Amino acid sequence: MIPLSWYLFLSAALFSIGLFGVLVRRNAVAILLSVELMLNAVNINLVSFWRYGNTASMDGQVFAIIVFAVAAAEVAVGLSLIYSIYRRRNSVIADELDLMKW
Amino acid sequence: MDASQVIFILSAALIIASALMVVSTRNLIHAALWLIATLFGVAILYAVLEAGFLAVVQVVVYIGAIAIMFIFAVMLTRKEMRDQGPQVNSTWPLSAILSLLTFGGLFVILSKWDGLWKLPQAIPDGSQDTLTRLGVALTSPEAFVLPFEVASVLLLAALIGSVYVAMNKK
Repeated sequence: MIPLSWYLFLSAALFSIGLFGVLVRRNAVAILLSVELMLNAVNINLVSFWRYGNTASMDGQVFAIIVFAVAAAEVAVGLSLIYSIYRRRNSVIADELDLMKW
Repeated sequence: MDASQVIFILSAALIIASALMVVSTRNLIHAALWLIATLFGVAILYAVLEAGFLAVVQVVVYIGAIAIMFIFAVMLTRKEMRDQGPQVNSTWPLSAILSLLTFGGLFVILSKWDGLWKLPQAIPDGSQDTLTRLGVALTSPEAFVLPFEVASVLLLAALIGSVYVAMNKK
């Protein structure tokens, strides 16, 4: 029997690693990879709260499925933005993309 | 220590180790492959949590579609960033402190909560299994049919939007 805390601490650790990646990486694709880590941490939380809470209603799993859909949409839009920027400016380094900065 | 705890510890070690590799590898193709390892560990956790459908969806959607799309994106944009130059920006110690503080804050908040060491109850043997109830919940008007449809509209909009953004406009 696994207590709920194991899942929560694991997902807190995974979220913090993803946060570190988002803050630290220079390559825009790597930033999106770290965002995926954070979304997975959230999903672990949702599914474990479903399992340890009221399993009669399916709220937690439905939330997790919505997160899947949002993650797919986010990756599609994000990667096409990065690809479009790469074609115009020949760079995917996040701190070189300063077009909207003055 | 029973079998589920051993499986949990092994997959948690896999998740944490490969997540650390995702944020620290120089080669982005390797980072994408480590992301696949992380996602696979999360799929194992879903199976341990008796959410079998989500485990399958995790493998099919995340590993099969999202991770492969990352690998394509890396291959399309990898000209200059390959192995030279720093992969992390200059403020990385600050970011490390910030993410450690986030973890510490979550740890403190969680350890103050009463239900933390709750053990799972057995899923009651009702008339329907969880997959049937999930399908009913997603399509019944009393439950989640509206968010489900909104999610499909969101996916369609993201698809059209990403095609438009990435299109080669002459």
